[in-house]
Amino acid sequence: MPESVVVDVNVNGVAYQREIEPRLLLVEFLREEIGLTGTHIGCDTSYCGACTVTLNGRLVKSCTCLAVQADGGEVCTVEGLEQNGELHPLQEAFSEHHGLQCGYCTPGMLMASKSLLEENPSPSREEIRKGIAGNLCRCTGYVNIIKAIDAAAVKMQGV
Amino acid sequence: MYPAPFRYHRPEDLPAAIKLLSRFGDDAKVLAGGQSLIPMMKLRMGDIAEVIDIGRLSGLSNIEVRESTLCIGALATHAKIAASELAAGIPALVEAAAGIADKQVRSMGTIGGGLSVADASGDWPTCLRGLNASVVIVGAAGSRKVPISDFVVDAYATCLKSDEIVTEIQVPLPDANTSSAYVAFKRAAAAFPTCSVGVQLTLENNICQQVSLVLGCAGPTAVVSAEAEAQLQGKEINSETLRAAAQTIVAASDPPPDARGSAVFKRAMLETLVVEAGERALARCRGEAVNGGHRYA
Repeated sequence: MPESVVVDVNVNGVAYQREIEPRLLLVEFLREEIGLTGTHIGCDTSYCGACTVTLNGRLVKSCTCLAVQADGGEVCTVEGLEQNGELHPLQEAFSEHHGLQCGYCTPGMLMASKSLLEENPSPSREEIRKGIAGNLCRCTGYVNIIKAIDAAAVKMQGV
Repeated sequence: MYPAPFRYHRPEDLPAAIKLLSRFGDDAKVLAGGQSLIPMMKLRMGDIAEVIDIGRLSGLSNIEVRESTLCIGALATHAKIAASELAAGIPALVEAAAGIADKQVRSMGTIGGGLSVADASGDWPTCLRGLNASVVIVGAAGSRKVPISDFVVDAYATCLKSDEIVTEIQVPLPDANTSSAYVAFKRAAAAFPTCSVGVQLTLENNICQQVSLVLGCAGPTAVVSAEAEAQLQGKEINSETLRAAAQTIVAASDPPPDARGSAVFKRAMLETLVVEAGERALARCRGEAVNGGHRYA
């Protein structure tokens, strides 16, 4: 067995240290090593975006990132959106506008739309579509997802 | 899906990385952003016993101008190039960078990595060929600079020796009469292009002084045609002359039929894209602002 490596990763503000095999993917680290199962494995081929998280502020597909690449870094997952028992405005808007059907793509959609709104706080519908181009909804529920992101953008601008 | 076991190395600097590559030879693979390597490892393509992670090496992701040349560090991400003010002077470069896969992949994937994979459907080999770029390579024997036409030698094959790493991509800055365009047809954002075209054009008094036409996804490596370029040189560029040159270069190509489309479909699409990219480059040469962006199914 090849030697393991020790990684330190800060996830949603909490520091974790684990001894892992270098081949462990970031999504497996999140789900299996530290038990944060909000990040979903969809296609496992870097296509669908269900596993999207941020690593040091960059939007990444955690099925296409080794956990060792996150060593010393900061990861934010869908579990990190809620603050002090309050849903993130994007989470509220997805709930309010029915921006999910089966819910499988939702964690990735939320992370991608959070990243979009950080770069572009008032995107057009077209810009929203482009912003979530790396995230597939197998229920094809895009209309309400886009509506929800639009509504969240308006709400966040108003705060 | 899970990569086979490997040993992980994170060298402190470039010489240390070269030393590791010299030691492990063909058993080693270089990890930059991992957006091509990790999917390949998950499919267990190739025997990779040692992974050399150069992703954190400093000084390899700068974008700067030196002696009328845009110098792009091999670790510059697609996202960084797409947003670079310096790269904006070479529209084809920005169009290629901004159109690679999706935001997630662009935030991790690097130009040096994407080029070194030398995928026949990859955007960088096609785009950079059209811009007459050069590739700076560092290895145990020192550094060398090779033209892009010599860098990619076959599908998934480059002139890199097992102890060498790409450190920089150099693109000549265009003069005031020169501009470029890169257009791909894609089935979805995350997909590789079905086909793609790069054009660089130098225009004087509406007459073509110089042109490069390149087709991607149309053979094992980027397809060029001296005959098609000669058809345009000294002529006025318009949709008719572009269409004629497009037919010549497409006739010299060999797009493989696959899940993305039949050869007949790809030939027709390539011809259309040559005209579209040519017209975009033409408009830019005339100083008109043209929106970039790929075509999606």
